[in-house]
Order: sequence, then C-alpha cells, then structure tokens
Amino acid sequence: MKRIMTSAMIGGLVAASLGFAAQAEGTKDSLVINGEDGPVKIITHVKNPPAGSPLPELFSGWVFRSKETRALEADDFDNPGMIFVEQAWETWNTPDGKAGKSCADCHGEPSSMKGLRAVLPRWDDKQGKLMTLEDYINWSRVEHMGAKPWKYGGGQLTSMVALISLQSRGMPVNVKTDGPAKKMWELGKKIYYTRVGQLDMACSNCHEDNYGKYIRADHLSQGQINGFPAYRLKNAKLNSVHARFKGCMKNIRAKPYKVGSDEFRALELYVASRGNGLSVEAPSVRN
Amino acid sequence: MKPYKLALIPAAFMVMATMASAGVVAPNDVVFESDGAVSQSLTGVPGDPANGRKVFAHRKKGNCLACHKNSDLSEQQFHGEIGPELDGVAERYDEAHLRGILVNSKKTFEGSIMPSFYRLENGARTMKKFQGKTILTAQEVEDVLAYLMTLK
Repeated sequence: MKRIMTSAMIGGLVAASLGFAAQAEGTKDSLVINGEDGPVKIITHVKNPPAGSPLPELFSGWVFRSKETRALEADDFDNPGMIFVEQAWETWNTPDGKAGKSCADCHGEPSSMKGLRAVLPRWDDKQGKLMTLEDYINWSRVEHMGAKPWKYGGGQLTSMVALISLQSRGMPVNVKTDGPAKKMWELGKKIYYTRVGQLDMACSNCHEDNYGKYIRADHLSQGQINGFPAYRLKNAKLNSVHARFKGCMKNIRAKPYKVGSDEFRALELYVASRGNGLSVEAPSVRN
Repeated sequence: MKPYKLALIPAAFMVMATMASAGVVAPNDVVFESDGAVSQSLTGVPGDPANGRKVFAHRKKGNCLACHKNSDLSEQQFHGEIGPELDGVAERYDEAHLRGILVNSKKTFEGSIMPSFYRLENGARTMKKFQGKTILTAQEVEDVLAYLMTLK
C-alpha cells in the first residue's frame, strides 16, 4: 500500500512538472486535420530545424492557441475559414475578364496547384521579381484572363490564396533563400531584426526571444506564417500574411509598410524560411 | 529707444516659457549615471503613487501588466511573464535605478525588450502621431516610480 501510494505520488509529480513544461512552450498534442478527403497529418513541431536556423525548435502557432481554438482547426467542418475557401472555389470556376475564361478553364481542378504554396514566395526569373502566391494569382488574372488584379490583402485575393494553399496542406514549407532570392531574403532578415516604433521592438524581441511566454493574455508564438491565410476569431475573416505584419507594426506604434510592398514580400520570404519544415496549414484558425 | 523695447518682448516670452517648464527635465536632458540610474527627479514634484498605479495598469499608458506580474494589481486579469515580477521591486532597486529603467531601460539592460518611457529617439518608422512624443510624461514617470517604491 505504502509503495503504491509512493509511486502514485511520483507519477503525480512527474505529470505536474510535464504539464508545466507543456504550458511554457505550448501543447504537446499533435494535429491531424479531418479533411474532406480524409485525415491530413500536420507537422506543428520540428525538433531539429535546418542548419543555420535561429530557432532551436520550430513550432506552428497552433500549439500556442487554446484547446478550443485548436479544436476548430482539427476538423474542416468546424473551421470557419473553410467558408471562404468554398467561395473561392466558386470563383475558380467562374469566368472573368475580357478573355471570358475561369481559372478552371486552364488549370482544371484546384488540386493542380498542389505543392505551389510550400515553395512561395520564390524568385521568378521571367518576372524578374520575388513572387508571392498573391502575385501569381493577379498576374494570371491580368495575363490570361484579361481581368483586373484583385486588391492585395483584400477578401477575394486572400480567399483564393487560401484555396490554393489548401492544396498543399500537410506538405513541409520549403522556400529557397539562396540564388537570386538571397537579396530579398537579406532585406527581410534586416527588417525582422530592426527595432521599430515608439515601443521600440523588433519582430525578434517577441517571436524569437520570448515565444512561449504570455504577453498579457496572449501566448506569444514564433510568428510562423505556415498557417496563412489565417482565420482569426478576433476579426472573423481570413487574414493575409501582409495584413498580419501590418497589424503587428501598428501595435508597436510603427508606420507599417504597405500591404503588397517589396518590404513585406521580403519579410514574408524571410519569415517563411524560418518555418521551413513546418507543414502548410492554411487556412489555420487563430485568435 | 523703441527698438530696445521691442527687443525686450521676445526676451520676456523666453523667460515665461522657461518658467512654465521650470523643473521639468526634457527627454534629451536626462542625466544618466554610468549604470543607467537617474538620480534627479524629472519634475521636482513628488510622484503620486495612486495615479502611478493607474498609469501602471492603463493599456495605453504604462501597460506594465503586459509584461510584468504584480500581485498588488491582482484585481486585473492576465499578468504577462516577459519581464521580472514586480512584487518587492522596491527592495531590489533604489529609486534612482528604477527611474533610469523607466526612462530608458536600455541604459541599464542592454538590448532589453522594454520600451523606454521617456525618450524621444525610439525605433524606426514611428507613427506620425507618436513622433517627438514620449510614451509617458515626466510627471507620469515620477508617479509610476512613486508607486513602484510602495512595492515592498
């Protein structure tokens, strides 16, 4: 009896200390999303990041969210972001522009886009610039459909980004940082570590130095963007990566760069590269 | 004679302006010790701990609870854990050191994430409406300081 009591007590202590550790860095649960075509395993934790990573381990923002928020993402039926994906699917099949063509006319099913999200942004030699998924969609609208480009960060474009990103869900992010992309990557890195605003903080002050800790009621994440576009409970819509950057800069009382600017493109590439190895998770659910 | 009188007018204005801000140390004139402490009061007016407590908690002023736990404000939910807990902080630092940390934390802790509450040169791209402005006024710094000195 005494012995049983003792082991039970030790067990309790171990569980308590594990529980504490888990709280400090986020949940240890793994994420398998119940999708329309079956379960999709999501890599939310990378124990050994690629060489040169400034982070000892990588965590998706999902692990820092509450149990309730995490559950919303675990089933597409519960994920409010999927409403916007469905809207984009209708748009995909709807002709637009002078050419009278839809996305589907040339590309068939959205699944033809599988893999694209995982490698963007990337340097495009033909365009001579760093291209985000938003850029590719708008380029194709203008070039192939004779349609007007959508507003960067606006609802239509962000929903289409979500639909196309979804096709790569579960695949590891794998953006290239060398070659012709290197200059933009370096610019993004510089922006990441530059203190801005009246509050005088760089991205790194919160998302590299203090992730896993609470800032008031908010559990600080690594600021990974593998889950974008993200459905935020805060504003009940899909949020583009650039819109999120903008919000963060405003919080620090800094004048944000423009959504769709080269600075935010560069920052998107740099932040994406910090998450190389995490799964594409869009559309994620965050608070 | 007339020009002499006219010359006196701007001089008189200057004297008045000096009197209006008498005793308030401008952000760029704050004198730091080598360890980051600031021994001179920013206003010469004793801080009001009751107002300091309000400024401490106010989300658009000190917003100190964003990063620090403080049991004295247990009625407020969700205290941050970025910086050290402030229970008993007056026993760990003297007044001059706490003033220095409030004015410009980086003079005491190099590279600190903590905002500098009474400094004009902050990060790049500061929003227009905050340019040339300190986060707290000189008296608010003194008030928060007076409040921190009660945390024993």
